[in-house]
Amino acid sequence: MTLLRTVNLKKYFGETHAVDDVNFTVTKGELLSLVGSNGAGKTTLVNLISAYLHPDEGQILLDEEDITHSSVNDRIQAGIARSFQLVNLFDDLTAFDNVALAIFAREGKTGNLMSIADHDEEVRREADEVMGQFGLENKGGLTAGGLAQGERKLLDVAVAYALRPKLLFLDEPTSGVSTRDKLQIMDTISSVVRAENVTAVIIEHDMDVVFKYSDRIVAMHEGKILADGPPDEIRNNQDVATTLLGAALPS
Amino acid sequence: MKFGFIPTDKLSPWRLAAHGAPIVVVLLLFPQFGGLYQTQLLTYGLIFAIATLGFNLLLGYTGLLSFGHSAYFALGAYTAAFMVKYLGVGSMELYILGGLLITAVISAAFGYVCVRHTRIFFAVLTLALSQVLWTLAYKFFWVTGGTDGIRVPFSKMTLLGGVVDFTSRGGYQSFVFSYYYYVVGLFLVCVSLMWVIVHSPFGKALQAIRDNETRAQFLGIRVRHYRWIAFLVSGTFTGLAGILWVPLNGLVTPDIAWWPFSGEIVFMTVLGGFRNFTGPIVGAVVFNYLKTYAIASTVFWQAALGIILLVLVLALPAGIVGACSRLTAKLRQKKEDEEDMAT
Repeated sequence: MTLLRTVNLKKYFGETHAVDDVNFTVTKGELLSLVGSNGAGKTTLVNLISAYLHPDEGQILLDEEDITHSSVNDRIQAGIARSFQLVNLFDDLTAFDNVALAIFAREGKTGNLMSIADHDEEVRREADEVMGQFGLENKGGLTAGGLAQGERKLLDVAVAYALRPKLLFLDEPTSGVSTRDKLQIMDTISSVVRAENVTAVIIEHDMDVVFKYSDRIVAMHEGKILADGPPDEIRNNQDVATTLLGAALPS
Repeated sequence: MKFGFIPTDKLSPWRLAAHGAPIVVVLLLFPQFGGLYQTQLLTYGLIFAIATLGFNLLLGYTGLLSFGHSAYFALGAYTAAFMVKYLGVGSMELYILGGLLITAVISAAFGYVCVRHTRIFFAVLTLALSQVLWTLAYKFFWVTGGTDGIRVPFSKMTLLGGVVDFTSRGGYQSFVFSYYYYVVGLFLVCVSLMWVIVHSPFGKALQAIRDNETRAQFLGIRVRHYRWIAFLVSGTFTGLAGILWVPLNGLVTPDIAWWPFSGEIVFMTVLGGFRNFTGPIVGAVVFNYLKTYAIASTVFWQAALGIILLVLVLALPAGIVGACSRLTAKLRQKKEDEEDMAT
C-alpha cells in the first residue's frame, strides 16, 4: 500500500536539474534506500518531501492527500520526520533533553510556560524508553555536544523517531563513522523501525549497508530515478553498476 | 528507573527552597546591618536584577542579543510617571498594573517586528526601536518634560493599596526600608516565575531554538512564535523593573531610554554570566555597586568600567557565576580524585 508518492516532481537550481520529473513512491512498512552519487538529487528529493525546499513543479501525496504546498509544521503533523546529512542536535542540552523535547513537541506541550519539564513523568518514561531502544540509556546526562560521533548519529535518529512518524527520512545516518559503528548503527535503526513498523527511507552511500538492510532500493542519477527494485534486482542492474558506481556491485 | 538528565531531586521545590532560604534570610535582615544607604543601593541592584532576568531570557536562553532593552525599562518608568503627573495616581499597585499593560503591548508590537530576524539584524532592530522611544521622550518635552524629566515624589506614593504611606516625618527613611521589602517581595516572585519559565517545556524549546533553529523547526516548534513570546515576557520583566525604579529614583529622564542604558543591561548580564540562571542577578547587583563606587572614586569611571568589561570578556567569559561554578566543579573533581587515590 502506497504511503507516499511524488508526481512529476521538479526542482531546478538555475541550469542544474536537481530533481527532474521524479515519480517516487514509498510503500507502507518498508525500509527503502535511496542511493546515488553526490549531486544525484537524493537530499534535494528528501528536502522537497519534508518541506525544507519547495518544488518548482509536481505534486507530493501522503496517503493520497496533496501536501505539496503545506508547511514544515503541517508535514510533521501529517507524520513526516527527518534527520539531516550533518548531525543536527541541540548541543548544549543533554542527550535526554534532546529526545524529551521531541516528545514534548509531538504532544503539543512546548507552549507550556508554567510547568516543570522534568516533572512530566509520562514524557520522562517515554524518553527513557526511546533512549534505551537506541542504546543510549547511559548517555542521557551528557550534553549532546559531548557525545562520540556514532552516539550523536544515533541520537539524531532517536530525536526524529521520538516524533513517532509514519514516514522517517534518514539522511546518511552512518556517514563519518567507522565500519564497525556503521553496522551497529544500522542494526539499531533497522531493529527499531521494523519492531515499531515505521516506514523508513534511508539515504546511504555504502552499498554493503544498502544491500544488507533494505527491502527496496531506488537509485538516482542526475536528478532522475535510474532504477527501482529489490536489492537483488539492483545488484544485477548494469546501469546502476556502471553509471552510478563505475564498477561492478559487490556480490 | 534510570533517568539520564537533570535528576528530579535537583529540581524539587523543597531542595530549591533549602538552597534559597539563606539568601532570603540575608535579604530580609539586610536593612538591620546595612543601614539606609546600603539598603538603597541593594534595592537598586535588585530592581536591575529583575531587568536582567528578563533580558537573559532572550540572550541566554533564546540566543537573541537585544541592544534595546532600555526601551522597556523606560516604558515602565514613564508610564508610572505619567500616571502620577496626569492622573494623580499614588498607588504603587496601579503603577504596576498600568506599566505592565503598556510594556506588554509595546513589547508585543516591537517583538513582532524584531523576531523576524536574528543575530546582528535583530540587535540593530531592537536598538533602532529603542532610539525611537528615546527620541519621543527627548523631543516631546511638553508631554515628557524633555531632559528635565518628570518627578515622581515618594511622599505622594502608597504601597499595598494605601496601607503604607510616607507622609509622616522621617518619611524618606521609612520609604527606603519599606520599599526595600516591597522590592524584595517582587524580586522573589520574579525569580520564581522566571525559574519556572526556563525549566518549563517552553524554556527547553527556547534553548533548542538557541542551539539549532533548523532542527527545532523540524520538531514542529514554531520558532518565530516562541521567540515572540520570549520577547514579550522579557520586555515585560524589564518594564516591571522600570516601574519599580521610578519611585526610588524620584525622577525619570530620557537617559534611561537611551542606548547606553541598554548597554549597561548587557554589561550586567555578561558580568554575572548569561549561560546560567543566577548570573544575571549577581551581575546586576555587583554592577550597581561597581558603578556607584567607580563614580565616587574617579572622574574616569567609564574607563574603569570599560577595563573591567575588557578583562571580563577576555579572562572570565562565563562571568562571575560561571567562573565560580567551574572553579567549584574543578575543586570537587580534585577532591574526588584524591579520595580515589587514597582508597
